[in-house]
Amino acid sequence: MTWTNPLTLLRHGWTRHWNPDRPVRTVVSNLPFEDLKKREQPNRRYEGNAIRTNKYRLWSFIPMNLFEQFHRMANIYFVGLAILNFVPVVNAFQPEVALIPICIILALTAVKDGWEDFRRYQTDQQLNNTPCFIFSRKQMCFVERRWKDVRVGDFVRVLSNEIIPADILLLHTSDPNGVCHMETANLDGETSLKQRKVVPGFSSLGEPFQPQTFDSTVVCENPNNNLNLFKGYVERPDKRRTGFGIDSLLLRGCMVRNTDDAAGIVVYAGHETKSMLNNSGPRYKRSKIERKMNTDVLFCVVLLFFMCLIGALGHAIWLETFSSMPSYIVPDSNGNYTPSVLAGFYMFFTMIILLQVMIPVSLYVSIELVKMGQIFFITQDVELYDEELDRRVQCRALNITEDLGQIQYVFSDKTGTLTENKMVFRRCSVMGTEYCHEENVVVPDRKLILEVDRQMASIQTGPYLDFFLALAICNTVLVSSVTAQRQRVRVNVADLAGAERVGDVLRALTHSTKTVKGRRSSSYSGGSFHNMRQWFRKCGLGKVFTSMKFFKRGGETLADPFSIDEDESDGFHSSDVSDAAGGLSGSEEVCYEAHSPDEAALIHAAKAYGFTMMERTPHYVTVKLPDEALLKFEVLDILTFDSTRRRMSIIVRHPHTKEIIMYTKGADSAIMERLGNVFSGDKIKCVEQWCGWKAVCFSLKVISEQEFRAWSAVRQEALSAIEEKEERLMETANFIESSFTLLGATGIEDRLQESVPETIQALRRAGMQVWVLTGDKPETAINIAYSCKLLEHEDLVFTFSTSRKVLQCQLTNASVPEQSLICVSQPVSSGKLGCIGLVIDGPTLSMAMSDELVELFVELCKHCRAVLCCRVTPLQKSAVVKLIRQKLRVMTLAVGDGANDVNMIQAADVGIGVSGQEGMQAVMASDFAITRFKHLQRLLLVHGHWCYSRLANMVIYFFYKNVAYVNLLFWYQFFCGFSATAMIDYWLMIFFNLFFTSAPPIMFGIMEKEVSDSTLLSLPELYKRGQHSEGYRRSTFWIAILDAFYQSLVCFFIPYWTYNGSDIGIFAFGTPMNTVSLFTIILHLAIEIKSWTAVHWVIMIGSVLVYFIVTLAYSAICISCNPPSDPYWIMHKQMADPMFYLVCILTTVVALLPR
Amino acid sequence: MMASSYSAKEEDGHHSGSAGLGGTAIRTRKPDNTAFKQQRLPAWQPILTAGTVLPAFFIIGLIFIPIGIGLFVTSNNIKEFEIDYTGTDMSSPCFNCSQSFSWNSTTPCRCVLFFSLDQPFESNVFMYYGLSNFYQNHRRYVKSRDDSQLNGDERSLKEPSKECEPYRTNENKPIAPCGAIANSMFNDTLDLFYIDPNGTQTQIPFIKKGIAWWTDKHVKFRNPSSSNPNLTAVFIDTAKPVNWRKPVYELDTDPENNGFINEDFIVWMRTAALPTFRKLYRIIQKKNNMTPTLPRGNYSLEVTYNYPVRSFEGRKRMILSTISWMGGKNPFLGIAYITVGSICFFLGVVLLFIHHKYGNRNNSSDIPN
Repeated sequence: MTWTNPLTLLRHGWTRHWNPDRPVRTVVSNLPFEDLKKREQPNRRYEGNAIRTNKYRLWSFIPMNLFEQFHRMANIYFVGLAILNFVPVVNAFQPEVALIPICIILALTAVKDGWEDFRRYQTDQQLNNTPCFIFSRKQMCFVERRWKDVRVGDFVRVLSNEIIPADILLLHTSDPNGVCHMETANLDGETSLKQRKVVPGFSSLGEPFQPQTFDSTVVCENPNNNLNLFKGYVERPDKRRTGFGIDSLLLRGCMVRNTDDAAGIVVYAGHETKSMLNNSGPRYKRSKIERKMNTDVLFCVVLLFFMCLIGALGHAIWLETFSSMPSYIVPDSNGNYTPSVLAGFYMFFTMIILLQVMIPVSLYVSIELVKMGQIFFITQDVELYDEELDRRVQCRALNITEDLGQIQYVFSDKTGTLTENKMVFRRCSVMGTEYCHEENVVVPDRKLILEVDRQMASIQTGPYLDFFLALAICNTVLVSSVTAQRQRVRVNVADLAGAERVGDVLRALTHSTKTVKGRRSSSYSGGSFHNMRQWFRKCGLGKVFTSMKFFKRGGETLADPFSIDEDESDGFHSSDVSDAAGGLSGSEEVCYEAHSPDEAALIHAAKAYGFTMMERTPHYVTVKLPDEALLKFEVLDILTFDSTRRRMSIIVRHPHTKEIIMYTKGADSAIMERLGNVFSGDKIKCVEQWCGWKAVCFSLKVISEQEFRAWSAVRQEALSAIEEKEERLMETANFIESSFTLLGATGIEDRLQESVPETIQALRRAGMQVWVLTGDKPETAINIAYSCKLLEHEDLVFTFSTSRKVLQCQLTNASVPEQSLICVSQPVSSGKLGCIGLVIDGPTLSMAMSDELVELFVELCKHCRAVLCCRVTPLQKSAVVKLIRQKLRVMTLAVGDGANDVNMIQAADVGIGVSGQEGMQAVMASDFAITRFKHLQRLLLVHGHWCYSRLANMVIYFFYKNVAYVNLLFWYQFFCGFSATAMIDYWLMIFFNLFFTSAPPIMFGIMEKEVSDSTLLSLPELYKRGQHSEGYRRSTFWIAILDAFYQSLVCFFIPYWTYNGSDIGIFAFGTPMNTVSLFTIILHLAIEIKSWTAVHWVIMIGSVLVYFIVTLAYSAICISCNPPSDPYWIMHKQMADPMFYLVCILTTVVALLPR
Repeated sequence: MMASSYSAKEEDGHHSGSAGLGGTAIRTRKPDNTAFKQQRLPAWQPILTAGTVLPAFFIIGLIFIPIGIGLFVTSNNIKEFEIDYTGTDMSSPCFNCSQSFSWNSTTPCRCVLFFSLDQPFESNVFMYYGLSNFYQNHRRYVKSRDDSQLNGDERSLKEPSKECEPYRTNENKPIAPCGAIANSMFNDTLDLFYIDPNGTQTQIPFIKKGIAWWTDKHVKFRNPSSSNPNLTAVFIDTAKPVNWRKPVYELDTDPENNGFINEDFIVWMRTAALPTFRKLYRIIQKKNNMTPTLPRGNYSLEVTYNYPVRSFEGRKRMILSTISWMGGKNPFLGIAYITVGSICFFLGVVLLFIHHKYGNRNNSSDIPN
């Protein structure tokens, strides 16, 4: 069958591939065509697996790089000037010399780009040459090849702990259940394992995989960058179609875990793989200063234009004064004199060339260097380093460091950002009775245990049992084990369960801890303990530290309510330590790989009550009951969690009763609205009272066989659908998820991160408005807001909620102006009640943001000290950020940790990702990534302030420097008939900007420390300077320009009057000026520098020394190398003249005296 | 509590690290805690207080005022005499010469000016010619030369640089020296006579060597093929600059001062920075210690008037000046030093007064910060 007619298949392939616009991609096996030439391969149109991320090739490097560099305005300007030099009428001294600066700048950038590109090339080569196994028809087995040889349609086998070379449709695994685990840490940083299933129908149990028998055609979507979405079907030769989704796709770059080997057909290769499509480089954002700076560059252009105009007019008028041409006016080669108007017109361009330095082209290069330096220092800050995660602050955007110093509005996510997002099971309510767990789930509630035991003893089912079963199985938690080559998990937790049963786990824990301690001291370097540690780390639940600490403390009291570290680990202690004990005793134990911390908390809670999930495969879930009995549920379907439904369900067949039961868990609202029978109101009430905790409700539904079968058919159809798959799946899920019976509810607490209130208060004192946008319910959000001092108890809090129905619209409308009136009047009337808090929920928010209300809403928000938005969708989050950013024209910062914050992070001026529990999507989208919310304080108040003031001062200084220097030349024009003569040697002029005066401002921009970090942290008010852009205003710019004018006047006229009427030559006249302006410029910076370190001294003194050495060497060597300036011996002559020093000293002092 | 938990963490991190790779050293991403990377380098933070600013003012004042006085006195001791011989006035003896002018006139126009020195000039006297309103710093003028030709390069002699246009070739012969600067070389001849009280005129001897920079004369300017002493032969295929009366090899009879290394020529080629300038013409050397170089009395200046300045309303002057370590007479720098010094001193006094009067109050308010 495989190869009945390759020709037909070939033709198929041909026609299919002929049209590249097809919405789907069709992949057939390459094996039948192995011997054919390349152009006859069916999959030849798809990209190979070799990747090339380097932009340039050797031969195309120069043209391509130049082309890219010329996208910059500044470079074009400079090249334009260089070309202007070659126009004969402008009479450039040495056109070739004018090319030097632009060439140096272009070359520097090109070298930088080239080096980066070469690095990319090297990593590409390394990747491309990684070995992998491809099936070969000739040898009839998998042979070792390189990654770059992998083509679409090949069969590839990946062994455990190997990296997947391309996007592979999983067709076979060594696991009898057809599952394969992969770790996506390389892709998104999540260390939890993800389960992948073999495409249904291919899981040939136990048999070796035989690719040569694969005769189906794979049809899937065209390559896209969605890591969580993939759909397609396999079409058998008999036209049978089997659908598959993302859970059958092994992604390139991930690592296979816990599975001996996995094999499949390559569907996307190389650049078309999902991970490669997701690789977008750092985003380009423009900082506020840069935008402002660009307008100032324009001012400089205008200034330059006027100066040139003055030169041109002056020259024309000057020429007009002569009745006949004097001997020093040189006619053109024919002996004719240019008419004065035309000469003036030409002079305009000559002037542009002379005064071109006015536009600080080196500014852009310097700014880039400075930002690189700033980023270096930010990432090196040990205070922003997180010991637990071994992570520094990450700067992903390279060019907005100074925006950190100008933030006015902070939008924060709640979960995981303000809070730990490490869930702790705090209370549950079953059958209307509430059971609290005040401290610690390790100590289960006695009453509840009794209840469970009673039910266990009497009947095999009951609401309590169902509740805990739901807790244990209704999740997507994976069970993993110590060893990579996993056999059937055989859990040995008998001792632990027993201990729990008597509710006396504490003693057991301390006991096991002691064992561990003793063991550790004896076999410190021995393998087992370390292996265990390593494995803990792999588990990725962040438990390593808590458990380790636990070992150390040993005898310390466990239930110390004030110990934060203790509390963090509450939910995990029992399992961890018992696992540890188990690990040491050589037996196997369970470790859960949860996608979300809620799930982890719930499953650990269930375990504490004796309901331990032992294993999960796609088809079975095994749970151990408190009485050691194993229940193996057949999993019929899982309706996974999504943010619209806000619930997940698992449909299982009960092993004893054979009933089909659906367990559903979800947010309270998502469950309540779908309850079949009206339950007792007090239960709902009690859930609502649990403010501050995340309430998760569990419910159950028994489905009849017929009902399920009918539904299942619809579901299958939806699964294999290509179009509108999501909508149809949603529909089916909604259909089955109705009329539940409520089992109970759990309250999960999410603790605040350390020093969140302090951070918020510091940010407030720094003049930032802090908003919290959360998807959580208002009660929880308000509770958190109070505990993190976002709202104070004496604050006036307005709560807008749509529960007041349609009237709300008018109500808001009416209340907004009124409230804003109150807001305005209140600070005046009573200072104490001056703070207004606003709490608004999602639906109301969308109403408030409708066109007619939006102005009022913004106005109201301006008067509020704190705004809390609850139940908002990710889209709304970004809409709020955009609204504030656009309406109020403020700098916004968004900080979040989850995928739902990505929109917000991207919408804000500065996006900060917290790399926490919920994966890395937020970090991937962010400009800066931190690990704790408290780091924000230091990042903004210290580094933001520094970066801002450094860069602002440096930019101002750059403008000043260039204007001061150029004006020297400009003043000279009044004494040379506006003929654009430079009294300074051209080379020295170029060197002046490139070498003598470039290092000090760059160092200034990187290392200046105007205020120490401790002062900045203790006085957050200092931050306001950046918020109001006080470091860089238009006025500062003009003051700097005026200062430059003054200094250039001094630097020109003191030497002028000194040498006026004497026999001084042009360049001998220019040398003291050059020296004087160097001193002035350097000393001007020296006055600006507030703190001097050794580096400062070296660079400042070094710059001056370099100037003298270069100038001396240059004027000693250059005899007639640079006509007409002939610098020969001028510097030496000048330096032998005492007048030179006297002029230098006087001028420098006078120029800087006003400062 | 805090400290203990911290150290516990650190130890933790260390252990997990070593366990991670089974004993091989693993690098954590913890940044180095060095003073440089943590931006904690020892820094000197100068703070401008009355204690540092006031002494600075006084020191500047105290240093500048003596320098200024020294400069001023030195400048005043320099004796300088200046006479304008342009001849724009009808009464001026050079009026006729200035009116009838052409570059090519073969008959030299002479005029004589009389002047008297009130004070004797004691040391070596430098004689300058001064031009005003002559823009030797005009961009195109400055460019119009060929340095390699002047450096004795044979090829440049035959093929002068393009920059010399339109003074590059004349009648298909390369001009030597080419360019506008050379072409417009100052060619007046000045002679100085001392008139005895009894009426006899004695010519004052000039030294015409040593007026150019040593480096210019010996390194920068060279005659082509210096092995050939016969300059006429060397310059045989070249034309003289259009405005010149004599070719370059006839500038002087002294072979050490002829051709491109003629010092008058070198001096002229060093273009002046400002439109009003002077250039060293001759040096009158002191004869002995007994008699002054130029005694008090009457003198006559005999001018061979060749150089036209009327087209640009220029002025021509003859300047006699003694010289000091600070060069020519210029009181500006001295006055400037005295002024700046005084201002600093004055400001210092004022600030000191303010500081003393209000200082206590300021101090008390400063301390909380």
